Amino acid sequence: MSSALIHCRDLTRVYKMGDNEVHALRGVSVDIQRGEYVAIMGSSGSGKSTFMNMIGALDRPTSGTLEIDGEKLEGMKPDELAAFRGRRVGFVFQQFNLLPRTAAVDNASLPLVYSGISAAERKQRAEARLTQVGLGERMDHHPSQLSGGQQQRVAIARALVNDPTILLADEPTGALDTQTSEEILQIFDALNRDGMTIILVTHEQDVADHARRQIVFRDGQIIEDRT
Amino acid sequence: MNIFAAIRVALTALRVNALRSALAMLGVVIGVSAVIVMVSVTEGASNAIEEQIASFGANLLIIRPGSSAFGGRRGGAGTATFMNDEDVEAIRNEIDGIAAVSGEMSGTSTFVADGVNWSTRIQGVHAEYFETRDWFPSSGRTFYPEEVNSGARVVLIGQTLARELYGASDPIGQIVRVGTTPMEIIGVMSAKGQSSWGQDQDDVALAPINTVRDRILGYDLGVRDPVFTIYAEIDASANADMVTADLEDLMRLRRNIQPGAEDDFSVNNLGEFIRARNETESQLGLLLAAAAGISLLVGGIGIMNIMLVSTTERTREIGLRLAVGAKRADIRNQFLIESVVLCFTGGLLGLLIGIGGAAYIDSLDQFPIEIQPTVAFIAIGASAFVGIFFGFYPAHRASRLDPIEALRFE
Repeated sequence: MSSALIHCRDLTRVYKMGDNEVHALRGVSVDIQRGEYVAIMGSSGSGKSTFMNMIGALDRPTSGTLEIDGEKLEGMKPDELAAFRGRRVGFVFQQFNLLPRTAAVDNASLPLVYSGISAAERKQRAEARLTQVGLGERMDHHPSQLSGGQQQRVAIARALVNDPTILLADEPTGALDTQTSEEILQIFDALNRDGMTIILVTHEQDVADHARRQIVFRDGQIIEDRT
Repeated sequence: MNIFAAIRVALTALRVNALRSALAMLGVVIGVSAVIVMVSVTEGASNAIEEQIASFGANLLIIRPGSSAFGGRRGGAGTATFMNDEDVEAIRNEIDGIAAVSGEMSGTSTFVADGVNWSTRIQGVHAEYFETRDWFPSSGRTFYPEEVNSGARVVLIGQTLARELYGASDPIGQIVRVGTTPMEIIGVMSAKGQSSWGQDQDDVALAPINTVRDRILGYDLGVRDPVFTIYAEIDASANADMVTADLEDLMRLRRNIQPGAEDDFSVNNLGEFIRARNETESQLGLLLAAAAGISLLVGGIGIMNIMLVSTTERTREIGLRLAVGAKRADIRNQFLIESVVLCFTGGLLGLLIGIGGAAYIDSLDQFPIEIQPTVAFIAIGASAFVGIFFGFYPAHRASRLDPIEALRFE
């Protein structure tokens, strides 16, 4: 047991591509504390996305141990991982991944559908989160009626709706202009001030500068870990 | 995730792709409506057959002299070809499992009432005749056994005869002259309609057999109390084959037929004869229903195709749902419910169209149609089955997707 929120030791991940083996992670050990704001950096193919999938419980390590908030992830079955994600993790993606032709409030409440929460409570909680990200006036808008920044706000509201332990953001500003990116990052800053643990994957230094700790990956290993 | 939330998710997805959903449904609509029309036509045909059988009387044995296969054979010198009242009595008393038995002899005679003439068939029968044919008066009464024995001058007339002689007025109690014999009308038989050979079965009169033999036809057939035909109704609880065999044995004995010699009479079960004659018709009906079933199958394949397209197109959505906590079963159920809802709605539409089509065919009066409530269950059951059967594979495939690859899918 460790006091760290995220505790990983000697994580490896090997993909088999035909006869070739791709070593995406080669022995990663790192601890992340509750309330930290961490930027994961590196060029493409460095292993940063694999690492993020791992701590987001989307993927399982080939070897090594991974413990999040006292739960061991390495032995979990797909449905146990799904339940873990539903409880603990909020995801924000570069491409927003909102359901088309579906109102903002329904998009934001989607994770609650799978944790058996009543329709009335789902709506109430989704509305609270949309208001928190500044979309209180656009609850019934479909994604096609919203700007990119507004769509990403809906996605953040969706990530927050199940009160996650960790907020994982994968290039959240990659599809946005500079001005809008700054607004989105300010939302993350505010969330972190309120105590949310945020892990943000990016390859842009000025985005990473919002975080208080930067972890740099290269060739499946951590080459730099600075605060 | 509870079932109502799952249904709502499925309905939303279907509404979002309304045109595609409608096209996917079309195959099932056509399949189900075709099945319903075909089943209704087949049911109607087999009902018509049953009605025909019922109009002869169920489980009716008809005994005639002379083998139907060998023409009118005569027995050895001195034996009578015609049967008589003693044969009727013997069948009644010696065969177990006979519910009613009656002899019949008939001829044509002229009926005269109030100056109106009508020539038609008059049948002389025993009192149990009505029971053997399951045919009774719609008004008035049948005659009593004593009236048969005494040769009473009473007569029952069919609907056609009643109309031709008396028009709309009540014939009961009237005196009609049959040939030269005045007879009292005691009843009017219920309508029977045409026989399967197109003969008007209501253009007939029925009188006690002794009256007809002695007063009206006056044949000399060289036999005492002759009958042309014997009608015997098998008791519903009895074994028809056994009763038929007993009856044949009795007749051979009474007609002195040596062991090994051919029968000089025939015993026919008319119901079975008609059933056999119409076997081909119902087989054709089955063939049509099978063809309709195949179109339902094709509809199901259409559903499967659409569901495969839909799951592929929505791969990212599936990835997202998995990422935010959907279990494999949640994904599988969502797509399964979508295909069941598609098929179920298609089934309901097909049911309406099928019933409408069957009612239309019925209105043409070309085919007898029987729309049964069970077709609703067939339609709903078959379409739900198609939905689950053909929806399972696409839904299962969707549920096995890897969330990372699904999210990355372009």
